[in-house]
Amino acid sequence: MTLVTHPNLDEHDAFYAELLAAHRGLSDEESHALNARLVLILANHVGDLEALRAALELARK
Amino acid sequence: MAYEYKPYNFVAPAGLTAPEDKKKVVIVGAGPIGLAMAIELANHGQPSVVLDDNNVVSVGSRAICWSKRSLEIFDRLGIAERALDKGVTWQIGRTFHRDKEVFSFDLQPDEGHKMPAFINLQQYYVEQFLIDRAQEIDLIDLRFQNKVVSLDQEPNGAILDIETPNGMYALEADYVLACDGARSPIRGMLGLEFEGEFFEERFLIADIEMEAEFPSERHFWFEPEFHAGQSALLHKQPDSIYRIDLQLGWDANPEHEMTPEVVIPRIEKVVGHSDFRLDWVSVYSFQCRRLQSFIHGRVIFVGDSAHIVSPFGARGGNGGLQDVDNLGWKLAAVLDGRADSRLLDSYDRERVYGADENIATSARSTKFMTPADGIERTFRDQVLNLADKAEFARSWVNSGRLSKPCTYPLDAPDNRRLPPSARPGTVAPDAPLAGDWLLSQLGRDMVLLALGRPAPDVGGCRVLSPGTNDAIRTRYLGAAEGAYYLIRPDQVVAARWVDAAVEEIKNAAASVWKGI
Repeated sequence: MTLVTHPNLDEHDAFYAELLAAHRGLSDEESHALNARLVLILANHVGDLEALRAALELARK
Repeated sequence: MAYEYKPYNFVAPAGLTAPEDKKKVVIVGAGPIGLAMAIELANHGQPSVVLDDNNVVSVGSRAICWSKRSLEIFDRLGIAERALDKGVTWQIGRTFHRDKEVFSFDLQPDEGHKMPAFINLQQYYVEQFLIDRAQEIDLIDLRFQNKVVSLDQEPNGAILDIETPNGMYALEADYVLACDGARSPIRGMLGLEFEGEFFEERFLIADIEMEAEFPSERHFWFEPEFHAGQSALLHKQPDSIYRIDLQLGWDANPEHEMTPEVVIPRIEKVVGHSDFRLDWVSVYSFQCRRLQSFIHGRVIFVGDSAHIVSPFGARGGNGGLQDVDNLGWKLAAVLDGRADSRLLDSYDRERVYGADENIATSARSTKFMTPADGIERTFRDQVLNLADKAEFARSWVNSGRLSKPCTYPLDAPDNRRLPPSARPGTVAPDAPLAGDWLLSQLGRDMVLLALGRPAPDVGGCRVLSPGTNDAIRTRYLGAAEGAYYLIRPDQVVAARWVDAAVEEIKNAAASVWKGI
């Protein structure tokens, strides 16, 4: 599976707002932990090492 | 009960009075790897001299977890029965976070294998059994208190200077096998160094004797109540001896940590009482490193002298035995002229590949168990946190992935209709076979396994054509009605076909002896 980089989530504004809301009131450390859990959960959901490697590469650019 | 160490006798070697004939193989080190190497070579008809600087077996239990593959190798060496009788058989591992179980694994969920997934058996017993066996074999010349002090490479061999209680002598050999362990003096004599990773972490390792109703399982704890913020591991061994590993942190002072006044209170917290005897204690740090090449002229490195890993996957001793399995038949074939010395290059290539897999797997476990402060620790802690809430995260909890043989990347005939678990490069899976076992029937020959196919005459390999049963069908045939499997003397699948002409099989067999 190749990494999806075209628009793929119609309700992106809603998700963005909910992402910020999930972090509201957290310390930096708690936010880091939340993000880490989110990465792990989503990685499992994607379930494809090739796509995840492409995502890592894109994120590091 | 404590192991009773019996010193082996020093016998003055002939070389002290007159030069000895050149030897085919000199093995340096009579640990599990050197001894197994000598027996394996003898099984292939090749003599060897084994030199050891010491005269007792391993002090302390050291390597204790012997894998299914190692037991299969022990079976060919003639010590599996004793090892199984004495050892503690296990296959379940449980991992805890604080006091809650977060993950468990079963290393042998299916039936129909001669050997269990693992046994725990102290290294001193394994060495004792191997010495007993080696001493029954005329082809093996085992010399205790023979310490190699220098080595000179020659174009067609090497010369060793050896120190004994009665003085010095020299031995010349076609091949020298350095089985002299992680601190390998031979490696030093050749000026070779390991490359790889060193972890800034220390663990206490202790054997205690106590009467307890502990199950025959591997238990690992992250941040247990009894050892706050750190990791701990518990294994059951024979003779009511338990192995406990406790993470100490890099700042711990090893000398201080090994004193009974410090160790005993730590153990009391683990087991909840003080009714035990401290049998052995040590402090270790981990490295995941190897030599760039395992063959240097006529010196071949085998086991810990060639590669070392952190201990939590039991990949040190078991990895070393896989080296022995890979090298034995190849060196024997070169020595008796059946193959040229290029066959040995495939030992280097295949076992470097195996070592890299063991190193990568062990390094990953070590990173999980002992994360650096900052983001490494954040991710580790969040995996543990999620393991409570989501099933997927449980398998991410990494307290060690236990040793199994690698699949060599062979460029060999294959048919993808056949099951992936027996593809070329893997160890042939065991299966019951008319009151015996497939691996026992394979023995140490090159074998053509003909399943549901006529048995052709292929020069140079023994043909085995057993009837099929459920296990054979599942492990070797899948949906195919028949198959040919060409299996190397180390029981690795060399090539396979659903159907094949005799010429194709002969070509594949010829490639095996060329090491390609």
